[in-house]
Amino acid sequence: MSSTAEAIVKPAGTPPAVDLREEFETSGVREVLAELDRDLIGLAPVKKRIRETAALLLVERARKSMGLAQETPTLHMSFTGNPGTGKTTVALRMADLLHRLGYIRKGHLVSVTRDDLVGQYIGHTAPKTKEVLKRAMGGVLFIDEAYYLYRPENERDYGQEAIEILLQVMENQRDDLVVILAGYSERMDRFFQSNPGFRSRIAHHIDFPDYTDEELLKIAETMLAHQHYVLDEEALTVMRDYIAKRRGQPHFANARSIRNALDRARLRQANRLFETSKGPLDATALSTISAEDIMASRVFSIAAKAARAEQ
Amino acid sequence: MRITQGAFSFLPDLTDDQIRAQVQYCIDNGWAVSLEFTDDPHPRNTYWDMWGHPMFDNPDAAALMMDLAECRKIYGDRHIRVVAFDSSHGWESVKLSFIVNRPAEEPGFRLERQEIAGRSIRYTTKSYAADRPAGERYG
Repeated sequence: MSSTAEAIVKPAGTPPAVDLREEFETSGVREVLAELDRDLIGLAPVKKRIRETAALLLVERARKSMGLAQETPTLHMSFTGNPGTGKTTVALRMADLLHRLGYIRKGHLVSVTRDDLVGQYIGHTAPKTKEVLKRAMGGVLFIDEAYYLYRPENERDYGQEAIEILLQVMENQRDDLVVILAGYSERMDRFFQSNPGFRSRIAHHIDFPDYTDEELLKIAETMLAHQHYVLDEEALTVMRDYIAKRRGQPHFANARSIRNALDRARLRQANRLFETSKGPLDATALSTISAEDIMASRVFSIAAKAARAEQ
Repeated sequence: MRITQGAFSFLPDLTDDQIRAQVQYCIDNGWAVSLEFTDDPHPRNTYWDMWGHPMFDNPDAAALMMDLAECRKIYGDRHIRVVAFDSSHGWESVKLSFIVNRPAEEPGFRLERQEIAGRSIRYTTKSYAADRPAGERYG
């Protein structure tokens, strides 16, 4: 008998067959994926990767129930992409997904940055990092802008100590927690190059693309709808123009920029209502953002100045 | 002589999985778990040394198990116990404590008699281990 044939012989007491469809339904994975599809606009490649990962984990779980696999697969991930592309939001969903599949016991997300992990003096870093790791046990540890942990210009930086502890736990306690590193693509690439230990311990690299203008407009509408605001016809065209212009300017942060712009538009709308209204206002007036609220943005004046300078 | 104090002390030593399950039970009840160790296990010695802080916001027992592994590495030759503290109003005290690590050999206690006035006798127990200085008792 060859060794491969022996490997397929199943131990007694395991189910003879697994219905993946049914597993998919009963584990609640379908729900999470459907929610992801419904709630998040755009991000097609990300959704595809998550669906693939979910399929892999589902199959892996089925294999485990039949005694074909013993090891927990490596689940540590890296999310790379520009600011405001939904990394934190997806990480939350991922924690939920892993919890439903039974790969993590609690399913909570602990979101940290360098400040939470690295101490200020000798001997401060290890307890601090361990404290955070303990808090994340049974869930997902989300390290935002992970590359700040590694500061090559300062060889006495305590970040290295945090990295070593992280790597050790990522390797030895794969059953206990999942680590997701997030940050801008180029800087993450550099981070992984200088810390090969991380690269080899992370199985899933997911890249978050920038949103298109159309998607951002849809996001703006959804954000406003959540707060019971609407854009009127004219405001919609202005918003489209705004998005195109804002993208060309520095510090563009995708959905986050849009959220900030909408916050400012609401401020201007409130001011406008306060200054111009004479009589009582109805619900439509209170919840409509018109073109002038967005037109007043600095983005347009800067763009106009740039256009003049070009001429 | 095997010392018996805290919960489960008349049972065989708990395995790590059993400890994990007990700790998870404590956490699920909202109690803060922590570790304490000592090399002076006299029944009246309630003040053991703390290992790390009580864990008020860790939802999973894996955190304590990680600490326990570290504590055993350094103080594996002493008694270590898990303490679960209930901080809710009106309780504010330890709800459950049990020993999770023992020295390889526990020499036990001797009974000392002191003759005092009027032919009375005063009794006290002393740990054999405590004859040696702290830190060298179970080496």
